[in-house]
Amino acid sequence: MRDLPAVAPQFASVGHRDETAELGMWVFIATEVLLFGGLLLAYFVYRHAYPQGFATGSRHTEIVIGTANTAILLTSSFLVAWAVEMFSAETRKLTAWLLAAAICLGLAFIALKGIEYHGEYEEHLVPGIDFEFKGDLANGVQLFFIFYFIATAIHALHMIIGIGLLAALALLCRNAPSSRHRAALHSAALYWHFVDIVWIFLFALIYLPGRSSS
Amino acid sequence: MTQHRPSLPLVVAWLGLMGLLALTVATAYVPLGAVNAIIAIGIGIIKATLVAAIFMELRSRDALTLVFAGAGLFWLGILLWLGLMDFLTRA
Repeated sequence: MRDLPAVAPQFASVGHRDETAELGMWVFIATEVLLFGGLLLAYFVYRHAYPQGFATGSRHTEIVIGTANTAILLTSSFLVAWAVEMFSAETRKLTAWLLAAAICLGLAFIALKGIEYHGEYEEHLVPGIDFEFKGDLANGVQLFFIFYFIATAIHALHMIIGIGLLAALALLCRNAPSSRHRAALHSAALYWHFVDIVWIFLFALIYLPGRSSS
Repeated sequence: MTQHRPSLPLVVAWLGLMGLLALTVATAYVPLGAVNAIIAIGIGIIKATLVAAIFMELRSRDALTLVFAGAGLFWLGILLWLGLMDFLTRA
């Protein structure tokens, strides 16, 4: 593999440079944990205040789409981890194909999310635009859907950024794989896996509550 | 061709995540009251641990990297702990 130019003076070696890049990515992920942590805090406070409303709102979400999207994201994470594992000059085409497959799964996720948003709009469940839920639970259901749209929209934005990163790295790895690209791919993979972990919890909090009651 | 295949831990983690997804959806339909939420979040934590340990390679990282990776969780714990204390203890 090519390894030019030489590492910057603050690094002792290529390994040192790449290790520092990985630590930097973890610092960034820590800030992202706190971004989503604020949303989680709001969710728990309002779910505690409006348990019935949140259970009812949850039953109005599309669990089939949510479950399919979870499987899609977990599989894309698996493909990205595989691409990182086998990254080398000899396997660069397969690496690029694995990343392309992960990108397709990411786009499928966004498309299903769009279908889901459209369905919720048709059911008049979008707070601030067209919300018409009647009854005693209306306030709690509306708070649930405010959380739902803000959290899933911020998550989808992360997905779109991640798809862009994976696309750039697929091109770089296919054309001229170097140890620098390996480190960049590793950082992008950490980001993609983190977005996957966020979805694991959003899925549990959005789609699963209230399913066993009617 | 051997090096083209995903390693066994990756495949096991992926299959395990799919199994846990099926399990968490199935148990959501079993009426268990407050236990439903605990199971849903518990399975979420197990899934996240699998992703972090295998896909994010934390199982083979040194202590320094684990400290950096754990820092986010530490501050999240303080955020949720202090943030929720009032609401969860109020009569």
